[in-house]
Amino acid sequence: MYRILREIIRLGRVGDPPPKPGPAGADGVPGYFRHSLAIRQVDAGSCNGCELEINALNGPHYGLENAGFRFSASPRHADVLLVTGPVTRHMAEALRSTYAAMPHPKRVVAVGDCACCGGVFAGSYAVLDGVEAVLPVDLHIPGCPPDPDALLRGLLTAAGEPPLAVEESP
Amino acid sequence: MPSPQLRALGSFRRWAGSAPGWSGRVAAPLWLSLGQAIHGQGGRLMGLWGEDRRAAEGCFLVHGAFLFEQGLLLAEQEVNAARPETPSLAAIFPAANRMERTLYDLLGIRAQGLADQRPWLRHQAWPEDQFPLRADFPGSDLGSAGDDRYAFVPVSGAEVHEIPVGPVHAGTIEPGHFRFQVLGEEVLRLEAHLGYTHKGTERLFQGRDIAGGARLAGRVSGDSTVAYGWVYARAVEQILALTPPPRAQWLRALCLERERLANHLGDLGALGNDAGLAFALTQFSRLKEDFLRDQERYFGHRYLMDRIAPGGVAFDLDAGQCASLREAGRALGLAVARLQEILAEHGGLRDRVVTLGRISPPLAADLGMMGVAGRASGQAWDLRVQFPQSPYDALDVRMALESDGDVAARMAVRFAEITESLRLQDQILDALPAGETLLPVAGLPADGVGAAWVEGWRGEILLWLRMEEGRITRCHPQDPSWTLWPAVEQAALRDIVADFPLINKSFNLNYSGHDL
Ligand code: SF4
Repeated sequence: MYRILREIIRLGRVGDPPPKPGPAGADGVPGYFRHSLAIRQVDAGSCNGCELEINALNGPHYGLENAGFRFSASPRHADVLLVTGPVTRHMAEALRSTYAAMPHPKRVVAVGDCACCGGVFAGSYAVLDGVEAVLPVDLHIPGCPPDPDALLRGLLTAAGEPPLAVEESP
Repeated sequence: MPSPQLRALGSFRRWAGSAPGWSGRVAAPLWLSLGQAIHGQGGRLMGLWGEDRRAAEGCFLVHGAFLFEQGLLLAEQEVNAARPETPSLAAIFPAANRMERTLYDLLGIRAQGLADQRPWLRHQAWPEDQFPLRADFPGSDLGSAGDDRYAFVPVSGAEVHEIPVGPVHAGTIEPGHFRFQVLGEEVLRLEAHLGYTHKGTERLFQGRDIAGGARLAGRVSGDSTVAYGWVYARAVEQILALTPPPRAQWLRALCLERERLANHLGDLGALGNDAGLAFALTQFSRLKEDFLRDQERYFGHRYLMDRIAPGGVAFDLDAGQCASLREAGRALGLAVARLQEILAEHGGLRDRVVTLGRISPPLAADLGMMGVAGRASGQAWDLRVQFPQSPYDALDVRMALESDGDVAARMAVRFAEITESLRLQDQILDALPAGETLLPVAGLPADGVGAAWVEGWRGEILLWLRMEEGRITRCHPQDPSWTLWPAVEQAALRDIVADFPLINKSFNLNYSGHDL
């Protein structure tokens, strides 16, 4: 126990301070999900590279929960659906059901080149070339894979914050 | 050919170059004898796939890759185009079951004598009588309905009930379905149903040039992008009869060891977390994130995607960068050693992981296990040790081996491999040869067949490639997960459902690289 505590103290706070939620949007209307957003992630056939970055975002460097986000184990508690992968035909139905299980209001974020347009898998008989083929997409976060900073900026945008002034990380 | 028993089976020729590999063609009646001979020598099936050669040779080919004590044996068998059938190897090598079902799903070649003829990778996306890897695949009538018809093997009994899990899971992980049959809390039977991430990767390879294929190979599985990038590059280089510069070979090994480190760090944190020790997740996540930032800084990509290129590597390190990496490696080694002690002393963690999800060494041998999970169950296979190819022949890798076969043993193998990979990183950085890092390959007349393997962080990865006039006509990547998934199903037996996430994580197998 003592050693665990010592390691926790040694680690201290790592990473960058979490981005501050900005004021309401330019039109003065606050976003739907300001300050608290539950995220449901669905892998719709990614190469798992995008999952690695989403998991990295959950680490101590990024202070995700300080910024008001948390991952939800169930779509029934989720505000935002984070989708990775080119949407394989084999996952399309599961993706639709996950979306259908989410309460309103809800938003869909396509993460990675694959989810945006099929990426390197575009044109295959087995994929639908991106999330848009199946669900209405509110936000695209391109990248292969997009790094945690890009993901965080995207989430803040999806949360209804105005386009971001997140401090650049070194 | 190495053994007299095997010599009788056909005219196998040894590959040019230093890799211990043999290729040859056998007639269908000898296919099973070949399997038995390999098995009799303690060899394993690494992969099985087919190829539509009707235009070139008037037949289909079935390829088998076998690993035995002297190296890799690639055997191919001609299959009648009018009656595409092959004798099933599943009675000899259990891992063949799903590979042969896939052979039918993708190419319409039926495994004779295989009792289990359910589809494996095909759900409802394309009709049963169409085969995506045939040249004449119409690609019509495609659908995107869910697959609710898969016939799981039932277990009967008044008290038995079923728990379906997936394809979407509670965490941020890849999709797959698990069907538990349980008595109270105890798992009587577990069956996985995969294929959800099937992207048609193998067909996508066809028609690509060298560079296009490299980009795709690096995305067969994101967590193993270095390993796949390397086997692809080496297969291309084999076709071109080209040897990459020594410095490039050493830098490739540096990338591969770093990929192992990154994944092992992530897994150890996640394992602690699944056992209720959030402390481990935080600590290991921090170590991994610092490690990934170094990769971005010095290599140009957090996961080293596209760093390995046919002909060499697409980056270089200067002396200052090498020194920084060495320094960071030393600090990482100390931090991991501290955490290892803390985890070893943590009673709550030990209660969860010791004896959990056990695969005994004899069972592991039956299943043909290798990689991290195999070495945790006493299966001493590590291609870096047994068949070291440059630069591993100069590095003297020490294999991590445990015999308890439980979650604790799979953690112990990872800890040992972190230490070893850090030692190898030091050695590589010290002995890095000078010189160029990339030979031009664009526009070279690539024509022929190549194959390569490496010991990826999960286990051995194989890639087989045929190119004609600079274009890929067939590429088959084989992930160790094909062989290891059935072991997960065995490992969960007699434990309780609530322990499954921990058992599953201790294997951490691949979906994307398996579903292709
Ligand atoms: S965008 Fe890149 S990293 Fe993400 S799933 Fe696609 S290939 Fe993988």
